[in-house]
Amino acid sequence: MNGMSKFQTTVQDDSEKPMRKASEHLDHWYLEPDSPTRARVSNLKFWYGDGTQAIDDVSMPLIDKKVTALIGPSGCGKSTFLRCFNRMHDLYPGVRYSGEINLLPEDEDLINLDPNIVRMRVGMVFQKPNPFPKSIYENVIAGLRIRGITKRSLLDEIVEDSLSKAALWDEVKDRLHQPALSMSGGQQQRLCIARALAVEPEILLLDEPTSALDPIATAKVEDLINKLAGDVTVLIVTHNMQQAARISDYTAYMYLGKLIEYNKTNDLFTAPRCQRTEDYITGRFG
Amino acid sequence: MKTLSENIKSGIDYASLSRKNRSRDIIFASLGIIVLFIAITTLVALFLDLAVRGAPRLTDPDFYTSFPSRRPLDAGILSAWVGTIMVMLVTAVIAVPLGIAAGLYLEEYAGKNWLTDVIEVNVSNLAGVPSIVYGLLALGLFVQTFGMGETVLVAGLVLSLLILPIIIVSTREAIRSIPNELREAAYGLGANQWQTMAMYIIPAAKPGIITGAIVGLSRAIGETAPIITIGALSFIAFLPQSPVSGDFPFISFEWLNSGFTVMPIQMFGWVSRPQADFQITAAAAGVVLIVMTLMMNALAIYIRYRARK
Repeated sequence: MNGMSKFQTTVQDDSEKPMRKASEHLDHWYLEPDSPTRARVSNLKFWYGDGTQAIDDVSMPLIDKKVTALIGPSGCGKSTFLRCFNRMHDLYPGVRYSGEINLLPEDEDLINLDPNIVRMRVGMVFQKPNPFPKSIYENVIAGLRIRGITKRSLLDEIVEDSLSKAALWDEVKDRLHQPALSMSGGQQQRLCIARALAVEPEILLLDEPTSALDPIATAKVEDLINKLAGDVTVLIVTHNMQQAARISDYTAYMYLGKLIEYNKTNDLFTAPRCQRTEDYITGRFG
Repeated sequence: MKTLSENIKSGIDYASLSRKNRSRDIIFASLGIIVLFIAITTLVALFLDLAVRGAPRLTDPDFYTSFPSRRPLDAGILSAWVGTIMVMLVTAVIAVPLGIAAGLYLEEYAGKNWLTDVIEVNVSNLAGVPSIVYGLLALGLFVQTFGMGETVLVAGLVLSLLILPIIIVSTREAIRSIPNELREAAYGLGANQWQTMAMYIIPAAKPGIITGAIVGLSRAIGETAPIITIGALSFIAFLPQSPVSGDFPFISFEWLNSGFTVMPIQMFGWVSRPQADFQITAAAAGVVLIVMTLMMNALAIYIRYRARK
């Protein structure tokens, strides 16, 4: 609650700054007053190593234990924005951030924390399933190994728990020690989700997790995301608007590195406040 | 009224086009087979010639357990193969960890600036430096300046220098071939750079790294020029002191400072003898050296094969 009011204050302060042009996009997001915020993005800008600015002054909340979808045409910066949350960009030279991503209620700025610590707290699932070339079991406990956890009984318990959460336990419980790469693409992606869940992330980032999957596998992953809502704060990039509508509670529409509109998914899709959003979701553009 | 594309198509004789392409395929394939045949028969002929000429000595068990001798039919390769194994051991212990570490550093840790660019160009060029130049370097540096003598250790050092670029380059290539997704997966779980390397990148790149190391070592095993340059002996009637002994402390490194000879030098010594019978001995030693090299390459192939499964 405290974080919530902070968030609104910040934005109001910003919009009153005379230096700043009246940014149309900031007027177009709406927030339920009593929803607890897990993270607050304020005036985030991001530049790649070659100097290209990919994120231009984005501010938005990330609601606790809800699914927030990022939509927009290719190249609009939605994946770049997502990867700011676990500082994945820091692996590449010359990148630059400005602005803040504050975790609430602790009020810690992700942009100023040690990237390794950020990645321990913020999990990620990638576009292409990327299990390690090891056994299914080893994949699930990879994050725990990294954190130095070796107690066998604990590991066994977490493996069963995470695979169950990822709706994969029944399919693989008899072959936990077989190579993960022997599984189908959809299973591999659910394994990657189990791997991310095993370390109980505070925020789970999903970067177009179903774009490499067939429709049946996609449906399974979507089911899974629906089940996760309520337990985990999820931020998902998708280029499939129907998917965003099906699985998310909040949706942000981005275009050319800017946040055009942020709203509850239902409202954004049924009554967009912004002409550009409407053009995009009705298929007139993008 | 024909459309434009129909006009274009009517001018194409599909049958003759496909005939022409097929005959091109046949010409290229037969050319390839001929070239391959020439290369392989030459190699096989050379090897068989050596084996046939060396047969009288190769079939004599004493050949493997005797020291060289003035009498060609008593001369054996004991000191040579023991020397080769010891020198290769030193080379492997020095060059493999150093080369892999350097490759890892350059590929994953070093920043991209002019200094690493200079190092990169130099490493690639060093791989092409004639081996005798390394021999001269070792003669000047290790033998004369440091006064280390013509020992197993110096031979191992010079061969290490010689194959370091090979190991560095192949390590880098093995690491570069690991898809970026794997790296991001590890970092995404909160792994630091060392954990990412040790737990995920190196295990995945291991077959490539090991293959590179073995290819480097099998180049070193046949090197003659640098070893002659540092002054290795070609007639040695003793073995270096055994590395293990019955007395405390059981392990001795005295052998590192011992004089030595290696297979290629032993061969070279025999080839330059006037007696015809020494040519037989040299041929037999040549066969043994080739078999040693082939065995190392076979090991490399086996490791790659196992890793692919």
